[in-house]
Amino acid sequence: MLAALFVGFAALLVVTSLMVVLHKNPVTSALFLVLAFCSLAGIYLLLRAEFLGMVQIVVYAGAIMVLFLFVIMYLNLQHDVETGLQIAVRRGIGWFVGVLMLLTGAALLKRGWALGPANEVLPGAEQGNVAAIGRVLYSRYLFPFEITSILLLVAMIGVIVIARGRSRAHAAGGGAGGGA
Amino acid sequence: MIPLSWLIALSAVVFAIGVVGVLVRRNALVIFMSIELMLNAANLAFVAFANQMKSLDGQVFVFFVMTVAAAEVAIGLAIIVHLFRLRETVFVDEIHLLKG
Amino acid sequence: MAALWSIPAVQAATWAFVKAMIILNGMLGVVSYLIYAERKICGHIQARTGPNRVGPLGLLQPIADVLKLLFKEEFVPASANKVIFFIAPILAVFPAIVTFAVIPMGPPPMFVVTDINVGLLLFLAMSSLGVYAITLGGWASNNKYALLGGLRSSAQMISYELAMGLSTIPVLLKSGTLSLVGIVDRQAGWYQVIGPLWLPNWGIFHWYLVLPFVIFLITAFAETNRAPFDLPEAEGELVAGFHTEYSSMKWALFFLGEYMNMIVISSIAVTLFFGGWHGPGLFFGTNGWLSEGPPWMGLVWYLVKLGALMFFFIWVRWTFPRLRYDQLMGFGWKVLLPASIVNVLIAALWLYAREVM
Repeated sequence: MLAALFVGFAALLVVTSLMVVLHKNPVTSALFLVLAFCSLAGIYLLLRAEFLGMVQIVVYAGAIMVLFLFVIMYLNLQHDVETGLQIAVRRGIGWFVGVLMLLTGAALLKRGWALGPANEVLPGAEQGNVAAIGRVLYSRYLFPFEITSILLLVAMIGVIVIARGRSRAHAAGGGAGGGA
Repeated sequence: MIPLSWLIALSAVVFAIGVVGVLVRRNALVIFMSIELMLNAANLAFVAFANQMKSLDGQVFVFFVMTVAAAEVAIGLAIIVHLFRLRETVFVDEIHLLKG
Repeated sequence: MAALWSIPAVQAATWAFVKAMIILNGMLGVVSYLIYAERKICGHIQARTGPNRVGPLGLLQPIADVLKLLFKEEFVPASANKVIFFIAPILAVFPAIVTFAVIPMGPPPMFVVTDINVGLLLFLAMSSLGVYAITLGGWASNNKYALLGGLRSSAQMISYELAMGLSTIPVLLKSGTLSLVGIVDRQAGWYQVIGPLWLPNWGIFHWYLVLPFVIFLITAFAETNRAPFDLPEAEGELVAGFHTEYSSMKWALFFLGEYMNMIVISSIAVTLFFGGWHGPGLFFGTNGWLSEGPPWMGLVWYLVKLGALMFFFIWVRWTFPRLRYDQLMGFGWKVLLPASIVNVLIAALWLYAREVM
């Protein structure tokens, strides 16, 4: 039952990832990526990481991809035009490297064939996945947690400064240099 | 119960698709999306191992990867927007001013 | 067949499916009569009667509306992206309906479709997905006004989503669980406020949850694009905003999606702050002092509270003027977000102090 659901989600993930890479229209690529993230969230739910599954939808599918879509619509991007011999040669090399990677991965996996344990005891059932993650996050991983908040603040400031534009950047150059 | 090898194989396949996307496409935004695919493939490997070893460390690390990916996407897109304003294009092979 | 039925997973899945179908059809009926109720209430607020021609008191008006919409001509703009044009209205309805699966409408396990232990996060995830419908609808129409309306609305929705999520954290701190059934269960019984004053243990009667409730309600108005935050679909300002180019059933789906979103957010507000399906305890309640009523009484209480909250939604729409876009964004980021963060701090400090002392 679980395996059947997993195969379904996995197939959806692989197909949508392929469509992200293959489709010429960037908006359609972004939408296929949203679908890929949602199927990945489904796989997380099957692996008993329900907090991560929901956070995946909230953060990746609900915020990051919306940001992508905003930028694509703002830049008003049309279909990608990919003609020409040079580009075709590059494409060929790219696919060759990808297939090579896949074959290497398959060969390595065949060697170290790792099966799951025979019987399963569910750890998260008693205390709940979210509570357990919270306990670990605020004790062992408190320092990375705090550093991540500073990272996000730096990213926010960086985005505002970068995306502000030339004229206002020039005019406020002295002020920003002195104040920032 | 999902065998670990299936999960790792899936992660490898998605990662390979992401690599192909980065190498094949010219549009900077699609390249960025393929990078996100690669990050998510790594996340899947983390969660698979967290499930296998019954430890939560893998899931906590995925939490941090998601946060860092969000910050990276924000800054990356800001850079791409700025680049578009300057060069009027998002195709990476048309931005070659630093070429020797 | 009997052998199949004996597997507990199959039984659970079948019951969940039946309940989901009942809720889906029930909610569709509720939505059409909510539209009727809105027009009636709007009429009375504006000192006129509202629809009263079709059927007694105009009660068959929604049926007439549905028939009209079904038979209208479907018009797709020539250079629109056909596939995305088609999917956008579906995306408007789908997240709202999915959230109904986790809302407890009566005593569990009969009145809940499924009880997952991250129910509140599922609601937040689905409201994040609701942004796509408007963004894609605005973009796929290939129309300046629609695109502008779509982008404005998406920016508004993602800004207010933050404050909404943060304002539900004090509830989470009080209840200690993300599961909506768990949150409702911890609002059972009575709560001694001060001295001789006993109130039902609902969220709203705890002092540190009053401001989060107010913030949640304001962000709910913004999330569903209802007045006073409905600039993106303002008639007269942007033609019709993001659904300018939509006609017939696609427009009906957008409209349905807006009302369905309204019902879902009201349900979540009832579940988090008003005790869900618990009555106030006396006589016909299902918890507390003179209680022990029949289980379906829980459903009745839930519907009563839901109706009150939706009446409030409709009332606010026809009372307040519209916020200008920069006022709207400034309010969301500069007022609501800091206020919700401060709320989390206050609630955490109070709960910790109460536990320590």
